[in-house]
Amino acid sequence: MSKTLFDKVWDSHVVRKIEDGPDVFFIDRHFIHEVTSPVAFVGLKSRGIGVMYPEKTFATADHNTPTWNQHLPVADPLSANQLEALANNAAEHGISHWGLGHRNNGIVHIVGPENGITLPGSTIVCGDSHTSTHGAFGAIAFGIGTSEVEMVLSTQCIMQPKPKKMRINVNGKLGFGVTPKDVALYIISKQTTSGATGYFVEYAGDVFEDMTMEGRMTVCNLSIEMGARGGMIAPDEKTFEYIKGRKHTPKDADWDKAMEYWQTLYTEEGATFDAEFTYDAADIEPMITYGTNPGMGIGVTKSIPLAEDVEGGVATYKKSLGYMKFNEGDDMIGKPVDYVFLGSCTNGRIEDFRAFCSIIEGRQKAPNITAWLVPGSHKVVDQIKEEGLDKILEAAGFVLREPGCSACLAMNDDKVPAGKLAVSTSNRNFEGRQGPGSRTLLASPLVAAATAVEGVVTDPRTILETV
Amino acid sequence: MAYDKFEVLTSTAYPLPIENVDTDQIIPARFLKATERKGFGDNFFRDWRYDSEGNPIPDFPLNDAKYAGSKILVGGKNFGSGSSREHAAWSVYDFGLRCVISSFFADIFRNNCLNIGVLPVQVSAAFAQKLFDAIEADPKTEIKVDLPNQTVTLVSTGESEPFDINGYKKGNMLNGFDDIDYLQNMKEEIAAFGETRPF
Repeated sequence: MSKTLFDKVWDSHVVRKIEDGPDVFFIDRHFIHEVTSPVAFVGLKSRGIGVMYPEKTFATADHNTPTWNQHLPVADPLSANQLEALANNAAEHGISHWGLGHRNNGIVHIVGPENGITLPGSTIVCGDSHTSTHGAFGAIAFGIGTSEVEMVLSTQCIMQPKPKKMRINVNGKLGFGVTPKDVALYIISKQTTSGATGYFVEYAGDVFEDMTMEGRMTVCNLSIEMGARGGMIAPDEKTFEYIKGRKHTPKDADWDKAMEYWQTLYTEEGATFDAEFTYDAADIEPMITYGTNPGMGIGVTKSIPLAEDVEGGVATYKKSLGYMKFNEGDDMIGKPVDYVFLGSCTNGRIEDFRAFCSIIEGRQKAPNITAWLVPGSHKVVDQIKEEGLDKILEAAGFVLREPGCSACLAMNDDKVPAGKLAVSTSNRNFEGRQGPGSRTLLASPLVAAATAVEGVVTDPRTILETV
Repeated sequence: MAYDKFEVLTSTAYPLPIENVDTDQIIPARFLKATERKGFGDNFFRDWRYDSEGNPIPDFPLNDAKYAGSKILVGGKNFGSGSSREHAAWSVYDFGLRCVISSFFADIFRNNCLNIGVLPVQVSAAFAQKLFDAIEADPKTEIKVDLPNQTVTLVSTGESEPFDINGYKKGNMLNGFDDIDYLQNMKEEIAAFGETRPF
């Protein structure tokens, strides 16, 4: 029987099938961070058990770290305590640890691929739902809870029923000013925030084939926002080119052997999916969200839908718009904005900074905008400097911060104040996500940049056209 | 972490008929800074239970005295979406709940609940509405969740619906076991499998 990419990778990692139960599923790579791992280590201690394969787990501090003055002691004692716990737990169990200030430190889903830890055909988990990012390399990667972190530490396995399979095809050429983020927000707006729940998604078609690895990471990253456990893209020459020669990538004969396997990782002709959707690239324009979940997205030139035109409960819809202080039928273009956030595991890579700079170069940050520009890792910072993007940002009135998850979830001091409106390149616009009472519009780095210079929600195409 | 066995639970319920409740609402990120599993019940639905000055919002169901002491929450469709934080499931348990009923659950939240002894019960949209209506008509409405027989029943009328759970997880819940107990017993098999992995 013909197999899908997902079947090939999943089936090769099943240690045992339990009748009327989950599969015992082997994990090749495990990432941990300071927020969702401490209780797992407490669990190990209370059971008196150790870490089975310390070399398969990688620790980095990111969720709860300051993005300013990282060389100073962390001011918040609770945050400092979590960072210390991560360092101590890693040291005690012989786990690699890239703490604050380490040159490899950064957002877990950015440093994994950067260092060649993320490989095609592997299984990757982390106590973070955006672990789906690594699917861009043809890996099965998904978020887990802390009980499962403890399972992986102690036995390198978790217990999971095999998800159903969905394929999403997007064919054609993307229009001017349309980015991978827009493709993802468009798909999620069609699927809604729960449409892919219970499924693992494979993305296929011209648009993903043409996309860079960084763009593929942005798309796979957002799979969870339509409820999918994860999303993946078959590896190709671009994938192999990206990973070759990185720190943890197989070398020499091991590389050749791995390549033989990786080249078998594609969905065979005739393989079947439980659900399949096809979209046309020409229908996608720069996107923006207007509500309190990532499925509430529209083209930036559109107006907010009327309650009678949306699926789902009217009360929930009205609650959402009430929180956002928006009205049905409002235009998004021209809405005054207070904050702009460029960063996160969704859009904190070098291409995102290049895109942002392509708009702001030779312009000035609008006076009403507070901008937080947070690279995803120290390597991204280095690249920004190497390309001189830091100078372009500085000349336009922007300041570059230090790496971390930052205002995406606002666990650190980067909190958008109550009532303020932010355009964010991150992944969630839930109530209070960027700080209690904060209001978030999700968008691409191009929309964020256009908004940052105009001070109001702006279609980046109107600026790009005048360049 | 072991938890109390779950067999049959009969209780009143907190109604929360809002759709797409995400785990950032169940427990906001700023309360995830602990390094031990305790105290999460206090911040369960923090920003819906309290205003910005920290005063309880009286008409929010979790603060409403007429539902106090319930061990069940009936939530709207797509309950628990978003972040994988297990703290959300811990806050459900620590608040004193053992069961969440909804017409649809997000995957990771459902898994996390099952791993810590909170039973997620998925019912039809029509039955969920029936539960909401009954609770609205009488806040003392009791719901019986029978795990051995996999049924959920509106006690006042006897109306009942079956629910799904796989046999393995059901066994765990009935006995208070967790997955780590199971995995610890197959470490040799795992080690042999690990030998075959290329990287």
